[in-house]
Amino acid sequence: MSVSTSAAGVPARLRTSWRHPATALAMTYVVGPVLTILCASFLLFAVLTLSPGDPVAQLLGPHASDSARAAMRVRLGLDDPLPERYWHWLTGALHGDLGTSLTYREPVSDLLAPRLLTTFVLVGMAAVLILVAGLVLGGIGGTSPRWRPLVNALAGLGIAVPAFVATTFLISVFAVNLGWFPTGGAGSGFTDRLWHLTLPAIALSIGYAAYLIQMTSSAIGEEAVAEHVLTGRGRGLPGSWVFRRHILRNAALPILTASGLTVAGLVAGAVVVEPAFGIDGIGSLLIRSVSAKDYPVVTAVSALIVTVFVVVTTLLDAGQHLLDPRLRKGR
Amino acid sequence: MATLTATLRLRRMSTRRPGDPLLMVSAALAAGLVVLAVIGPWIAPYDPAATDVLAASQGPSGAHLFGTDSLGRDIFSRALTGARLSFAGPGIIVLGSAGLGTLLALAAAWHGGWVDRLLNRLLTLLFAIPGVLVAVVAAAVFGAGFWAPVLALTLVYTPYVARVVRSVAVRQRQLPYIEALQLAGLPTWRICLRHLLPNVAPIVLAQATIGFGSALMDFGAVSFLGLGMQPPTAEWGVMVADGRSEVLDGAVQQSMAAGLCIVISVVAFNVLGERLTQRFGGTR
Amino acid sequence: MNNAPLLELRGVGITAGDRRNRRTLVRDVDLTVAAGETVGLVGESGSGKSMLVKSAMRLLPRHAATSGRIDFEGRSVLGFSRRELSAYRSRDVALIHQDPRAHTNPLRTIGDFLVEGVVAGKLLGPREARQRACALMAAIGITDPEHRLTQYPHQLSGGLLQRMMIVAALLPSPKLVFADEPTTALDVTVQSEVMAILQEQIRERNLGLLFISHDLDLAAAVTDSLAVMYAGTVVERGTTAEVYSRPLHPYTAGLLACRPSATAVTRLKPIPGRPVSAYEVASGCAFAARCPFATEECRKDRPQLRTVEDRLVACHRVEQIGAELAQVVHS
Repeated sequence: MSVSTSAAGVPARLRTSWRHPATALAMTYVVGPVLTILCASFLLFAVLTLSPGDPVAQLLGPHASDSARAAMRVRLGLDDPLPERYWHWLTGALHGDLGTSLTYREPVSDLLAPRLLTTFVLVGMAAVLILVAGLVLGGIGGTSPRWRPLVNALAGLGIAVPAFVATTFLISVFAVNLGWFPTGGAGSGFTDRLWHLTLPAIALSIGYAAYLIQMTSSAIGEEAVAEHVLTGRGRGLPGSWVFRRHILRNAALPILTASGLTVAGLVAGAVVVEPAFGIDGIGSLLIRSVSAKDYPVVTAVSALIVTVFVVVTTLLDAGQHLLDPRLRKGR
Repeated sequence: MATLTATLRLRRMSTRRPGDPLLMVSAALAAGLVVLAVIGPWIAPYDPAATDVLAASQGPSGAHLFGTDSLGRDIFSRALTGARLSFAGPGIIVLGSAGLGTLLALAAAWHGGWVDRLLNRLLTLLFAIPGVLVAVVAAAVFGAGFWAPVLALTLVYTPYVARVVRSVAVRQRQLPYIEALQLAGLPTWRICLRHLLPNVAPIVLAQATIGFGSALMDFGAVSFLGLGMQPPTAEWGVMVADGRSEVLDGAVQQSMAAGLCIVISVVAFNVLGERLTQRFGGTR
Repeated sequence: MNNAPLLELRGVGITAGDRRNRRTLVRDVDLTVAAGETVGLVGESGSGKSMLVKSAMRLLPRHAATSGRIDFEGRSVLGFSRRELSAYRSRDVALIHQDPRAHTNPLRTIGDFLVEGVVAGKLLGPREARQRACALMAAIGITDPEHRLTQYPHQLSGGLLQRMMIVAALLPSPKLVFADEPTTALDVTVQSEVMAILQEQIRERNLGLLFISHDLDLAAAVTDSLAVMYAGTVVERGTTAEVYSRPLHPYTAGLLACRPSATAVTRLKPIPGRPVSAYEVASGCAFAARCPFATEECRKDRPQLRTVEDRLVACHRVEQIGAELAQVVHS
C-alpha cells in the first residue's frame, strides 16, 4: 500500500519466497501432509519389517531347499538395507503394487480391492448416522437450554460406550431377540448389504456421534451468548437472521472440525467393529493379518488408514481456511 | 518462594467453588472402583477360573449374582477379578503418557524455538496415526499380550497430554514470576520442577483422568480383538469377546456384565475429568 | 406529536440469579432523556449502569428480570410485542458497545456488519444501505470507505472499528443512542478522536444520547445533564454544569476529588473502602460505609432522592455538609 513497502517489496519477496501466501498454502496443505504420510508409513514399514519372523519360511513352508530359500530372499529383497527396501515398497505402492501376502500368496492389492468397498459402505453409513444424529441432537442441545441437560447426559453416556460393547448389545437385542437384522456378515447386492451393515454402522457411530453432539451443542451454546450476537439482537435483527448468520455461521467452524475428525477416525473404528460382526472388510483383514504375522498386508492396510486420516484432516484444515477470514487473509 | 506458590495453589484448589456435587459423586465412584479393582481378586466369592459344567449359562441368581458363563464360571467373580487387569493397563498408560507428555511439554514451553517446533512436528505425526492402529501394529510386532498394547497406547496418549500441558505451560512461562525466579538466580531445573510443574499439575491431573476413561476403552478393544489379554484371563475386554458366542444363544449375562463394568467406569472417570477440568479452568 | 420524553425510566429495578438466590443489581431508578438531550450516567464498575441500558433495550440475559416502567415516547418498552421490540431496536434506538472487537462478528465483513441492521429491518435496500454507509463513513473521516466494506474486523484497528460501530448505530437514523463506555477499550490517543466524532454526529442530528461512563470528566464534557449511580441507585441528578462544579452528594464529591489534576501537584484522595453492589446493601444509605459524613441515621434509613436546589440528591445530610464538600473537591 505505502510506497516504501512496494519499493523494497521485490527483493524482499524474492529473498523470503517461502513466505509468499501461495507457497505457504502449498506448504500447509500439500507438502506438510505428504511428509506426514511418508514419515508415518516409513515408521510403520520399518517397525514391521524389522520385527521378528521369517517371511521366507512363511511363503515356502518348512521343507523348502536352501537354494529356493536364498532365491526367495533375493526376490523379496530381504538383505537390502532398510531405506532401499522402503523406497522399493513406496515406488511399488505408488504403482498399485503393495507386495505379496504371506498367507494368501496373492498380491495385497487384490486382497484389498473387494474389501475396500465393504469398508467404504460401512464407514459411509456410519458417517451419515453420525452427522445426522450429531448435528440434530447437538443443535437441539445448543439452542434449547431446557433440553441441554438431557442431551448432554445422553452424549456423556454415549461417549462412554465403546464400539465393541455396543456391538454385543445390538446383536443381542436387534438380531437375536427381535430378529430384525442378521447377526453378522456383509451381505451381497445393494439392499442386502445395507441391511447387513445397519447394526455395524450403528455400533460404529455411537461413540463418535456422542462426541459430535457434545461439540455441536457446546459450539452453538457458546456462540449464542457471544457479545457480537448481543450486538445483532440489539439492532433488532430477527431471531432467525441472528441464528443463521451469526450463531450458526460461527459455530460451523468448530462443528466442521469435530465432524471431520470423527469421519477421519471411522476407518480405524472399523478395525474393531468389522471382526465383531464377521464383516470381511479392511479391518478384519488387518486383524487376521496381524494374528498371522502377514506383514505386507499389515503394512499396506495401516499405511492406507493413515493416508485416509491425513487426507481427511487436511481437507478439513482447508475447509477451515475457506470459512475463517482470519486464516484466509493472513494474520 | 516455592512454599508460597504451593500454598497459594492449595488455597486456590480448596477454596474455589466448594460445592460441586457431580465432582463429589464421580470422585467417590471412581475411587470406589479403584478400591474394588485392587481388592477384587481377594473378595471374589468364587475362583474366577473354576469351571462347573453343571451350572453353565445360568442367569443371575442368589448364588451367582451375575449368572455363569458357558463353562459355568461365576461371572461376578470374573468381573471383580478382571477389574484389576482392566484398570492396571489404562493406569500404566495414563501414568506413562502423563509423565512423558508433561516432560516434553515443559521442555518445549521452556526452550521454545526449535525444540518447540520439533515437538510440534512429532505430535502432528503421532496424531496422524489412529490409536487402535498403533496398538494393533504393536501387537503384530511384539506379539499379543499385556505390554505391547499398553506401551503402544502410552505413546498414543502422550501427544494429547503434551498439547494441553504445553499451552498452559507456555502461558505460565510468560508470567513475570518466572522471570523473577530466573533473576533470583535459581537453576532452570529447579524453576521447572518447583514452580512450573506445580502450576500445570492440576491440568495434567484432569487430562489424565479423562485419558484413563479412553485408555480403558482402547485397552478393552485390543483385548476384545484377541490382540491383548488372552482367554481364559479374567479381563473385561476378553469377557465381552468370550460372551459373543453365548449372545447368539441368547445368554447375554457375560458380555453385558463386562460391558456395563466398562461403561460405568468410563462414565465415572469422564465426568470426574470434566469436572476437574472445569474447576482448574483448563481447555477441554 | 406527543410531549412525552424520549426515554423515561420510573422505579426501575433489576434482579438476577435463579429462584433460590436472587440478587438485586439495580434498585428504584428514575431517569429521563428528552429528545435531543444528552445525559451522562456515571458510576464505578458494578454500579449497574450497563445493566440499566441493557434493560432499556430488553437485552438482559435470561436469568435477569426488570421491574418498574420503561417508556419510549410514552409507549411501554417492557410491554412491546416481538415485532414492536424489533422495530424499536432497529429504528428508534441504537447501542454502541464498549469493546468493538468482541461486539462484531469476526467472520463477517464490515459491509455486512454496517448494513445488516437497516437491511434486515427493511429500512433500506442493500445497495442504498451500502451507499449511505459509505457516505456516513466519509463524513466522519474514514478514508477509502468502499474498500473498508470488504474488510474484516481483524484487519481494522480498535479505533477504526469503534468508528464503524458508530456508523452502524447512526445508519438507521435512530432517535436515541446509548453509548456504553464507547472509548474505554481504546488507546488514549484515539479516545478523544472517537469521542469527538460521536459528539459531533449527535449534535448535528439532534439525537438523544445516554452516555455511560466511569469517567466523570468525560461524561461532563459531552452531556447536558448527569446522573451519578452508586450500588444500583441514582444518588445525584442535575444539570452537568451544576453537578460537576458543585456536587451535593458525598459520593459525587469523592469521584471529583480522586481525579488527578493536570495543573496542581497534589496527593490524590481515593474514596476509602471498596465499591459495593446493590445486593450487598442491607439497610441505610449504600454509601454510608465509605462516607466521611455518615451518621447513625445514614446507616439506618435509606435516603430517598429529594429536590435540593433544582436537582435531586439522595442524602440525609445535604444541608449540613455543603460547605465541607466544596472543601473536599477544591482542596
